[in-house]
Parts: sequence; structure tokens; C-alpha cells
Amino acid sequence: MISLEKVRQRAESDAKTYGYYLNPDPEFLNDLLEGLRKNEERYGYPSCPCRVATGNLELDRDIICPCDYRDPDVAEFGTCYCALYVRKDVVEGKTSLMPIPERRPLEKQARAYAVTAEKIAEKAAATTAKTEQPRSEVRKKLWYCRQCGYVVYREDPPYVCPICKAKREMFAEIAVRIDLAG
Amino acid sequence: MNVVKVAGKNNKHKVLVYALSTCAWCKMAKKFLKDNDIEYEYVDVDLCSQEDHEKIRNDIEKRGGHASFPTLIIDDKKLITGFRKDLIKEALEL
Repeated sequence: MISLEKVRQRAESDAKTYGYYLNPDPEFLNDLLEGLRKNEERYGYPSCPCRVATGNLELDRDIICPCDYRDPDVAEFGTCYCALYVRKDVVEGKTSLMPIPERRPLEKQARAYAVTAEKIAEKAAATTAKTEQPRSEVRKKLWYCRQCGYVVYREDPPYVCPICKAKREMFAEIAVRIDLAG
Repeated sequence: MNVVKVAGKNNKHKVLVYALSTCAWCKMAKKFLKDNDIEYEYVDVDLCSQEDHEKIRNDIEKRGGHASFPTLIIDDKKLITGFRKDLIKEALEL
């Protein structure tokens, strides 16, 4: 079981690496860290405390903290969705902390819900007959940053390159071809 | 579905909060209502069964919201997404 202190250290170290700050309100921060700890205990990974996870890693990958949306959200609003990571001006009290809109695309949320719905349907169908339903699948690809060469194997390229901070538009797909003809 | 009722002297409006047990914004919303002595009900959606979760999501969407937490439903008609203190105050006439 992961300790709250470990979760805190991990967040502190990540904030430092990326030039962010943690939520300046000690109680707020503690609640967020406790939420992360609880999610890690439940799912095996620290998914966002303010979003619903499915428990399926492939479907939750984009909301594992630090989530895919943190960098663009902190840049635009001064805070990430749950407000764990904030910008300097928020810590200094120059910008006040407000709830921000959800950046996670609707189709990603819907896909997670679809799997939940499938499970419910399967459960219902299991008592009557075996059904073969198409499973929602996450298709991963190799992407590289054309600016610095960073390579990532994910469904989508990151909003911002974690290495050189290039924008998503700088990412291109690496086409992989396996030739069996020899 | 486990709907928890929180007592309060101010029961002028019917307040339902869809929340997550891990969410700090949800906790603040609950605390705000409690501090203002508002009677309300809440459901921690992450602790619900999948069936109930689906029902709640449909309920939020039917009212024109999207599954984001906290979602407050006031008097069965007004929906507020997120802990928007300003909007909550206005809706509850605080």
C-alpha cells in the first residue's frame, strides 16, 4: 500500500521538474493527495481524484496523474482540472483558483462509459446466451517529436512534448511496416 | 443507490449533489452547503455500482449537463457543473 507521504513526494518532485507548484491550500492539497492515494489503492494507478476511472488501464491512461491535460490546462487557466498543479501566479495569489472546464475529449469519456455499458449488457446476457459483442479498443501508435526526437507509444501524441515543450502539431506518426518476405 | 441525506436548517430548496468520494472540489461543495446550514443529499458516484453510475450519467445528460463532478441539481431543474460558489449562492438565494 502506498503512503500519503510517498504520493506527496512524487507530486512535489514532478512539480519541480516541470516548473509547476502544488495547490497552496494545505487542506485542499491534502484532500487531492489522499484521493490519488485511494485511487492508486483501488486501481493500481493514481488516476485523477476528480474524474471517474473505469479501472481499465488502457481507458484511464489519459487521466492518470499527471494527466494528459495538465500541461495545456495549467498554461491556459493556471491550474489543472483537479487543481493539484498550479502556476506561480496562483501560488502568489495574483490569480484566483476557479473550477475549469473539462478538456478530456467527450469521445474518450464516452468510450469508457461504453465499456461499462457493455459489461452491464454482458452480465445481463450471460444468464441467457453467449453474445459476441465488438469490444471498444484503444489503438496505440508510435509518435515522434519532430523537434527533439522524443518517441511515445500512445493513442495520441501529447499536447506538449515533455522533453522540449514543442506543441502537439510537431508530432508525427512513425509508420511501422513489417516485411515478412525477407 | 446510496443517497446520503445531510440535515440543515435551510430546506427552502431541494439540493442533490452528484460527487466523487476522492474529489477535493466535491468535498468543498459539501462543506459549503454544510457551513451554510443547507439541507442536501449527495451520492458518491465512484462508490456506486456500474448500473447506478449509468443511471446518474443519464440523469445529468438528460438535464443538459455532462458527467463532471460535483454536479448540483437544485429543485429538480437547475443544474450546476462544478463547485461554482457564485452560481450556487444565486440558486439558493444566499
